[in-house]
Amino acid sequence: MITYEFLQNYWWFIISLLGGLLVFLLFVQGGQSMINSISKTEDEKKLVINALGRKWEYTFTTLVTFGGAFFASFPLFYATSFGGAYWVWMLLLFSFVVQAVSYEFQSKPGNVFGPKTYRAFLFFNGIVGTFVLGVAVATFFTGSEFTINKVNLVNLGASTNVMSGWDNSLHGLEALGNPRNWCLGLAVLFLARTLASLFFVNRLDHDVLHERSRRYTLYNGIPFVVFFLAFLIWTLVSDGYAVDPDTKIVSMESYKYLNNFLQMPVVLIIFLIGVVAVLWGVLGTALNKSFNKGIWFAGIGTVLTVTMLLLVAGYNNTAYYPSYTNLQSSLTVQNSSSSEFTLTAMSIVSLLVPFVLAYIVYAWRVLEKKKMKLEDLAEDGHAY
Amino acid sequence: MDLLLNAAAVDWARGQFALTAAYHWIFVPLTLGLAVIMSIMETIYVRTGDEKWKKTAKFWQIIFGINFAIGVATGIIMEFQFGTNWSNYSLFVGDIFGAPLAIEGIVAFFLEATFISIMFFGWTRVSKKMHLFSTWMVTLGATLSAFWILVANAWMQYPIGMEFNPETMRNEMVSFWAVAGSPVAINKFFHTVTSSWGLGAAFVVGVSSWYLIKKRNQDFALRSIKVAAIFGLISFILIAITGDGSGYQVAQKQPMKLAAMEGLYEGKEGAGLVAVGLLNPKKEAYNDNVDPYIFKVELPKLLSLMGYRNLNAFVPGIKDIIDGGYTLQDGTTALSFKEKRDRGLLAHKALADFQQAKSEGRDADAANFETIIKDNYSYFGYGFLEKEEDMIPNVPLTFYMFRFMVIVGGYFILFFAVVWYYHRKKKLENFTALQYVALWSIALAYLASQFGWVVAEMGRQPWTIQDVLPVQAAASAVSAGNVITTFILFAVLFTVLLVAEVTIMLKQIRKGPDF
Repeated sequence: MITYEFLQNYWWFIISLLGGLLVFLLFVQGGQSMINSISKTEDEKKLVINALGRKWEYTFTTLVTFGGAFFASFPLFYATSFGGAYWVWMLLLFSFVVQAVSYEFQSKPGNVFGPKTYRAFLFFNGIVGTFVLGVAVATFFTGSEFTINKVNLVNLGASTNVMSGWDNSLHGLEALGNPRNWCLGLAVLFLARTLASLFFVNRLDHDVLHERSRRYTLYNGIPFVVFFLAFLIWTLVSDGYAVDPDTKIVSMESYKYLNNFLQMPVVLIIFLIGVVAVLWGVLGTALNKSFNKGIWFAGIGTVLTVTMLLLVAGYNNTAYYPSYTNLQSSLTVQNSSSSEFTLTAMSIVSLLVPFVLAYIVYAWRVLEKKKMKLEDLAEDGHAY
Repeated sequence: MDLLLNAAAVDWARGQFALTAAYHWIFVPLTLGLAVIMSIMETIYVRTGDEKWKKTAKFWQIIFGINFAIGVATGIIMEFQFGTNWSNYSLFVGDIFGAPLAIEGIVAFFLEATFISIMFFGWTRVSKKMHLFSTWMVTLGATLSAFWILVANAWMQYPIGMEFNPETMRNEMVSFWAVAGSPVAINKFFHTVTSSWGLGAAFVVGVSSWYLIKKRNQDFALRSIKVAAIFGLISFILIAITGDGSGYQVAQKQPMKLAAMEGLYEGKEGAGLVAVGLLNPKKEAYNDNVDPYIFKVELPKLLSLMGYRNLNAFVPGIKDIIDGGYTLQDGTTALSFKEKRDRGLLAHKALADFQQAKSEGRDADAANFETIIKDNYSYFGYGFLEKEEDMIPNVPLTFYMFRFMVIVGGYFILFFAVVWYYHRKKKLENFTALQYVALWSIALAYLASQFGWVVAEMGRQPWTIQDVLPVQAAASAVSAGNVITTFILFAVLFTVLLVAEVTIMLKQIRKGPDF
């Protein structure tokens, strides 16, 4: 039977999956952060920008859909986090706004500010987009400072009628005070750069870039592993935000996230498969000169790892968006979701997703039958 | 002090929303309009095999691409702003409002993003027919995205298909189809989309006329005008029809907006529609008995006809809506502002009591309070208002912008008919005056399109959700200083990007197609 509880968990799974896909697609941002290092000559830059430019909209659209789906399925999160951690989200949005025009505008005559400016925008989005998203996701484990009091809405004479309020005036920037958040932010940044390197190895028909990209997988892969392990181990040994399934009271539990992994062995196994796949993709590409498919291993591995990590944040009686200033305000999959009716309606819509994936795969394949060469750009009729 | 700070924060949040919406709406209508025009052109190419049609379509696709990118850039802010600046709103109605946004992403944006890559990069990689299909899919994606976001907007103007749940403190969806198929949504979709087609047509005819003025690329220009003139004419006729439908919906669902659009303070039976008029700046209060007009030219009984499909129907004015006492369509008597406010406050108090009772386990009491909430919920939003004037939108702005939009709409029907006629008679290439008129008409189309949204959005103040939640109860707890900072950042960034976009576009137009 499809119960309310099932729907809530289903939607947490969809959100986690979208999060996983988004992190994979951040390879576009990772690539943007390397335009000036991985490509030296103007021709190389052009090839790199065009390779990324044919993919940026997928990342962007996934981000927008991730936002919309989160709004529809967990509106309390949308209100609390976006309205509270204002600066974190604004910074992220800003970086994506400047990205959206940069591919189209950077090589066009009359773009006023010159290609360097737009490439700087791409770089900014590459660094900030990935790092900030990582920090924001880290707060799912480390917690934030907010208080929810819904009765505020009708408390006449109260100083505010806002239902969810942030408990400090930094509005999200305080997350930078916690080194554990930095670890995940940097891990996502270096993961995106690793994936971008793997993508270039797979896509580009250019000897110099090919070789350089192969080396870059290791340059970025090593810091990624270091920061990711730091975050992971730190999180596994830390206290986590547990919810009592009967009383719904939130309390701190030792080794909560470690326990979640152990109590959900399927999640643990898939998580480990994901990690191995990422490492396989990275090491295989770095060590074996004829191995070009690393992006698929690392990409799928990324999706699995991130999805499972988000499941650990929300399943098994865990508060996925905890407040450490007011524990009982913490958001759980149960207390922050939409109504059963909306979740049902949205679940029906979600059945369209395989169809969407099918035409994305189709488009991806027809446009990428052969590797990307500088000489081909002109013939395609539209180049950045 | 707190209240003052809060009021400033709300104003800035509104300003930021208006700013991003206005910028977004510079680019979106051209995207929607050009999409159809370039799809038609490519269809002609595939059917005739005439390479010149291919080049024509490709040229407009370049312009489309430049414009599309910046539409995407400004659009992402729109979505996330509901959370960042309107958190109470998001919490209160996210159950309903989030769904169309999510569907827009899943159904429309991916369609657009995927097929746009085939449209731009696939000319040599897929068959002609597949390419044409992709171009139409881009058009479909853009149009579907407009549909879902307009469903969301229409729901704010006419909230239906929902029930308030006092336990979760939010409005919950009870009928998806009532939301997606709301008459306001359907009408808004057609009016907005056809008006965007009209703008796209005006743009293509105007730019093409520039080539005629310069006596270059004339074959290309005349081909483009051939498609755009007839498309524009049809669009503007549809705009007039859907505009009339829009007027009817506003009269039914948002009588205060209609009164503001007309500057109508004292209601009457058989009310006329003001064709042109000048408002009296000496009118300072809704009940000061000063004549609201310095002069007006009225089309007799037309307002009653448009609003109620009845020449003699009573159209309430601003004063009537505040004072109440007149007979509504359903035969009941309209409540005054005071009565509505009292009932809103009753609902507020019952809601606070309900929460209290629930937390203390007094379920019987809670049930009683729930009944009170239900009985008074239609006026929930009035409990947040303090005085009569809070109900009144900005009358002069709404009045003048509405007139401008309607007059320009009428002008364009004539304009496209004339252009089409001269094109058919093959006299357009020598009619320099008309070419100049066409060029300058681009600006008129943009202004009318912007002003239409000003009427729709300023005219519904103070409501984020009609009668349920006014702006001052909808915002986030982010101080004015923070919002001012992001406002300035967005204002500067969007302006800079607009300058770049326009310059790039002008460069491309000057470069022109290669025939």
